[in-house]
Amino acid sequence: MKIVIKLRTLAGDFAENKEVAKKLRIEKIMPVLSKNGGVVLDFAGVSGATQSFIHALISDPLREFGEVALDNLYYKHANEKIQKIISIVYRYMQESSHGEQGEPS
Amino acid sequence: MKIHFSNQESLRNFLRFVASLDLSNPAKLEISTHEKWVTVHPANLVIAAALALRVGKEHAKITGKVPQTGIYLDRMGLYQFTQTPSPFRYNKKEPAGRFVPLTVIKTASDQSRFIADMVPLLHLSEDHATVVKYIIGELVRNVLEHSLAPNGAVVAAQYFKKTNRVSIGICDTGIGITKSMWRHWQPATDLDALFLAMTPGISGTTRREGGTAENAGAGLFFIKSIAKITRSYFAIYSGGSAYTLLKYDKRVKGFPRLYADPRRDPHNETRNAPAFAGTLVAVDVSLKITPEFTALLTSIGNVYDAAIRERRRAKYREPKFL
Repeated sequence: MKIVIKLRTLAGDFAENKEVAKKLRIEKIMPVLSKNGGVVLDFAGVSGATQSFIHALISDPLREFGEVALDNLYYKHANEKIQKIISIVYRYMQESSHGEQGEPS
Repeated sequence: MKIHFSNQESLRNFLRFVASLDLSNPAKLEISTHEKWVTVHPANLVIAAALALRVGKEHAKITGKVPQTGIYLDRMGLYQFTQTPSPFRYNKKEPAGRFVPLTVIKTASDQSRFIADMVPLLHLSEDHATVVKYIIGELVRNVLEHSLAPNGAVVAAQYFKKTNRVSIGICDTGIGITKSMWRHWQPATDLDALFLAMTPGISGTTRREGGTAENAGAGLFFIKSIAKITRSYFAIYSGGSAYTLLKYDKRVKGFPRLYADPRRDPHNETRNAPAFAGTLVAVDVSLKITPEFTALLTSIGNVYDAAIRERRRAKYREPKFL
């Protein structure tokens, strides 16, 4: 199973609303990944995004599902700015997953 | 409480402005200005408006003689936060300028509407607009998530043609940064709390590397870094402490070097400011030397990455862009 999530419809031209990101993460992304399904995040029509939005969207899937998330999350029509922010989140989430420390939140 | 706007308010003079605040008698607010000329930064306006919101319009007033340049206070909407009627009469539909008047944001939806509707008033290029949206998006989100401010965030922005820069101020009268950081970090002083808040990877919501599902501890570090890379000022004031990032020397070629530790940046600080129950963040963004946003993100991301690294990974995986 693979689903496509069109961000423009839900997050607007500039993706910064973390409540939207959280809702998508909990209601769409996590359930599909938990069944080893694929998720395509389609950024067509989205000009920019904050790091906070992207973090709220994908950090927990990356932490929770690890390799499955890395294999099954896809990004479509993400412009260079958005790609850069997604890459930053990928890097620090993979980085932190190697040395999990501190108290659970 | 008393706030005085001088004839030379700017982020360069921010600590002097902070030192001049009289935050005693928190039940009422008096705002005064220089008699002959008033120049204010959005930072000055948002703290005045935020404190006026806290005491209530009926307990806030603008006193004394306000010079003609005080018309700017009216255009930015400050009189509406006080009981004082504006003495200025003018055609508000005249070409205005490029400013975002004082606006109160209480919810994430308010924030989204604000960014969609107000930022275009600054008439910026797409790349510059992205930077401004990014800054406002992150700073307002910080307030909504961490400040527990019942009155929300007060935001204002201004484009200055002469210096080709955008100045942004955001203020709340919530719990302040020290209390926000307390649960997981127990900062010894308000200034330590400011340093923690600006350090990449440190969030008030957890001690865990990588943050929680909703917070990574990156927001203020990103904004301060944008200011540094564009060789602009950044200021933060909460509790009894304030910090101003100074302009990076323009004679140095290339990107300024970013540091995870805010104490390494050229800055002014004070731990003897009047105790402000809330948080004020302000930033200037020079549009003359704003690099490509992606290049800016690359630089910031590299430092962020290094800062949270506890040991090197054997191999990174990359996202699959279609």
